[in-house]
Amino acid sequence: MPEGLRVGYFPGCTLKTDARDFESSALAVAGALGIEVAELSRWNCCGTVYSLDAVNLMPRLASVHNLIRAEEEGFSEIMTLCSMCYNTLKRTNNLFTSINSAVVADAPWRTAINDFLCLDPGYSGRVKIYHFLEFLREKIKPEQVKDLVVRPLDGLAVAPYYGCLLLRPKEIAIDDPEKPEILTPFLSALGAKVIDFPLNNECCGAYQTAMHPEAVARRACRIISSAQSEGADMIAVSCPLCHYNLSALQNATNSRQSGPKAMPIIYFTEIMARAMGLNYQTDAANMTPTSVPPGRCRASAWEAAK
Amino acid sequence: MTRLGVFICHCGKNISRTVNIEALRKKVSTLTDVVLAKDYLYMCSKPGQTMIADDIREHRLDGALVAACSPRLHGKTFAQTAQRAGLNPYLLDMANIREHCSWVHIDGAEGTEKAFSIIKGSLGRLHYAEPLEPFQSPVTKRVLVIGGGVAGIQAALDIANSGHEVYLVEKSPSLGGHMAQLGETFPTLDCSSCILTPRMVEVSQNEYVHLFSYAEATRVEGNIGQFQVTVRFKPRYIDETLCTGCGDCVPTCPVVVPNEFDQGLGARKAVYLPFPQAVPAVYTIDWDACLNTDKLIICENCYKSCEARAINFLMEPREITFEVGAIILSTGYELMPVAHIGEYGGDGYEDVIDGLQFERMLSASGPTGGVVRRPSDGRIPQNVVFVQCAGSRDPEHGVPYCSKVCCMYTAKQALLYKHAVPDGQAYVFYIDIRAAGKGHEEFVQKVMSEERILYLRGKVSKIFKSGDKLVVWGADTLSGRQVEIEADLVVLAMAVIPSSGSQKLARTLHIASDLGGFFSEAHPKLGPLESNTDGIFLAGAAQFAKDITDTVSQATGAAGKALSLLANDFIKLEPTVSKVEEGLCRGCGLCASICPFGAVTMSPSEKTGAMVAGINPVLCKGCGLCAAGCLSGAINLRGSSFKQIFAQLEEMV
Ligand SMILES: Cc1cc2nc3c(=O)[nH]c(=O)nc-3n(C[C@H](O)[C@H](O)[C@H](O)COP(=O)(O)OP(=O)(O)OC[C@H]3O[C@@H](n4cnc5c(N)ncnc54)[C@H](O)[C@@H]3O)c2cc1C
Ligand code: SF4
Repeated sequence: MPEGLRVGYFPGCTLKTDARDFESSALAVAGALGIEVAELSRWNCCGTVYSLDAVNLMPRLASVHNLIRAEEEGFSEIMTLCSMCYNTLKRTNNLFTSINSAVVADAPWRTAINDFLCLDPGYSGRVKIYHFLEFLREKIKPEQVKDLVVRPLDGLAVAPYYGCLLLRPKEIAIDDPEKPEILTPFLSALGAKVIDFPLNNECCGAYQTAMHPEAVARRACRIISSAQSEGADMIAVSCPLCHYNLSALQNATNSRQSGPKAMPIIYFTEIMARAMGLNYQTDAANMTPTSVPPGRCRASAWEAAK
Repeated sequence: MTRLGVFICHCGKNISRTVNIEALRKKVSTLTDVVLAKDYLYMCSKPGQTMIADDIREHRLDGALVAACSPRLHGKTFAQTAQRAGLNPYLLDMANIREHCSWVHIDGAEGTEKAFSIIKGSLGRLHYAEPLEPFQSPVTKRVLVIGGGVAGIQAALDIANSGHEVYLVEKSPSLGGHMAQLGETFPTLDCSSCILTPRMVEVSQNEYVHLFSYAEATRVEGNIGQFQVTVRFKPRYIDETLCTGCGDCVPTCPVVVPNEFDQGLGARKAVYLPFPQAVPAVYTIDWDACLNTDKLIICENCYKSCEARAINFLMEPREITFEVGAIILSTGYELMPVAHIGEYGGDGYEDVIDGLQFERMLSASGPTGGVVRRPSDGRIPQNVVFVQCAGSRDPEHGVPYCSKVCCMYTAKQALLYKHAVPDGQAYVFYIDIRAAGKGHEEFVQKVMSEERILYLRGKVSKIFKSGDKLVVWGADTLSGRQVEIEADLVVLAMAVIPSSGSQKLARTLHIASDLGGFFSEAHPKLGPLESNTDGIFLAGAAQFAKDITDTVSQATGAAGKALSLLANDFIKLEPTVSKVEEGLCRGCGLCASICPFGAVTMSPSEKTGAMVAGINPVLCKGCGLCAAGCLSGAINLRGSSFKQIFAQLEEMV
């Protein structure tokens, strides 16, 4: 087990509310792998959605605040579980660190934001931001996971679903945006059969779920049927929003007709924790998917357009 | 020099806008040895040049300075003027007071002062100029053509038909390039091989053509008029002179591999003829696929079946060296691999193919005998989606440019598909249609209106497999709808990119290539046939994506350029090359190691016997690297000697 693997942890709001089982399972897995996860003692909202406005600096201040906190507490690396937090923090961070930033070169942003936050010490741009998945890939070998497995998954067909926020835009992608496979070695190490399905990098509908749940339901239905038709028993996710959209909206799509098979949507950390025989708090309400009709939403794009 | 004349140009308002010409002229006329200073509206015009020539004669000038634009633009013009007036052209210099001065200064006073400083410096430099004479170098009256596609074939035939010898080097086992793979060609729909094959045969029968197939030019040295070329033959393991082309060896060969001529859709044996009309019509053993290794002969079925005894497993690569006066590059193109675009099924869906694969399917001699079939299960596809601009016009995938031929060939392919499968449905996704050639727009319009092919304006975002169908997600930006099509076959019009190995060739030849990797032309408008190295010309898709018509035109143009070079017995080379002062040289050899053109050699001095540097003026490009590197100051670049440069600096600071 590697010595002294310590990382700062930015939870974000969902991990303390709807996604408690994601957090507790992730912490359990990290602990078993010898990773010391230190939650920032002060943190605020990540800013939720990265602003597409290239000029306005207001939407980035929330992120920068968190980065300053991380730096104050002496973390050179911090980790998130929520893909949305990862996306927002990482892209803001890029404004400070990377000359390749798609938006603008670092200097003007760095000065403008730090000037604005004149009461704070200012942010240097030196904190590195990871999603937990990326952290695992960089620091942990799949064999280490394998060594800890006590209840192998025995060929359970798991379809990893990545969504969009970990893969786009290119500058922050943790994997090949068109063919992500970052979860494969870890799930294989647990003894799962990993199912590759073509919609594993499609957007789940994200926060449209607040305004247009029916649009998100259609997407969820397609994504799930795609995984199902490739033979998946369950879908592994890495983002609370994806989890919500895929699981909660199964009911919405199903209420319209009876479907043959329910599709569990489970955080990848939960799958890991269970295979490793770890205890973690789980919120049973999140785990009650109902059935989804495979193939029913096939022509939905045409239908929707009509 | 004691009698210098200075000629200051207004360049219309280009220079006079920010340089006070009259003040400048007055000030210049007071400088030492300046016997005359004149200005004129357009010095490069006929009256301007006449004035300079007259003044040179009348005032018996022994040096002249034209203060005007960049010498790159009019250096030659004024040098010729000097020569006409009886002054050695290297005793006329130019001071650039336009690009270096008037164009970059807004303030008149500043501009005038800088112009004066530039002229003063140039006069200092001119003071130490020496009269120089151009070198003569003999022209070898033969041409090398690299690449045996339709461009290379056309160029080689044009040169051979004028009675000059030509070497045609093709890296694959047969001539023909991509045109040989095509079915029917737009816009006339004539059969590609029907028009190409006779040309290929003509090449092989022309006594002036030396055809080297399965060979590559590995070394090129020398200079315009005299290039020394080394060609390396890959071993065919079959003696070209003995092989009768009977093909008896093929059935006995146990190894089956994908056929590259069929773009991997068909199969061939390890001993093969790329296609039935191949030229030369001799077989080749693909050593990578053959069971035999360099040490071990495991299988000799072909050897046994060959009555002509042409097979030789011990054949070695061989090299020959020859000299030519000019080179034509026609190495053509490739398609960007489908794997490059992940969202279009980059991980290899069998039924997502590229344009050339579809072309092979349409070809009567192709792997399916001209029947359109899905590679996965051989079924005849009922829904075919064509995707234009797959990779092209897309900086994200590394190709910002338009590939130029795909709008046309997609229309052609959709039409041929409809003719082959009349009840099938063809969809074409396009960004916009670029059909600018003669008869091209008419062709596309006809396809659109008469063939019931659905043209959808929009990009395809994703292609994925669902059961045995391919789902194509796209947008129809005309109706503002998202479109989803279940297709049996998808044909991607992949971006045209330079053929692999062309970068290596560019380095071998010391020529430049552009951002896309295509060979750079000397000038986009006035020098589209020339490379930036004298004597090396460009033809066909190696210069940029183009169709057969444009390829053939450019090939004939390049052949014409090469022939006009061959019409001379000697060519004149610039005398502005490096020169060694033997007495100062200490024989360290640093210069020889610096020179990128191999123009410096070390040999014992005739006078003292000690090692000294010598410069081959034919190879020297006048870059001055050796002069800058020489620790003893023994090397000077003629026309830019240290004396001249220091004098120029001294006058300016
Ligand atoms: C799918 C498709 C369909 C098309 N249909 C049409 C059509 O209908 N009508 C039309 O006008 N045009 C069509 N075109 C365009 C046409 O193919 C080109 O215009 C033409 O082939 C260009 O000829 P080329 O000789 O320049 O290049 P190529 O055909 O690429 O030939 C280059 C040759 O050089 C050889 N070579 C490469 N590197 C080296 C090296 N280092 N040393 C030695 N040899 C080398 C290659 O092996 C090859 O034989 C089509 C193109 C595509 C992709
Ligand atoms: S020719 Fe047509 S299809 Fe090809 S890149 Fe240009 S616009 Fe796109």
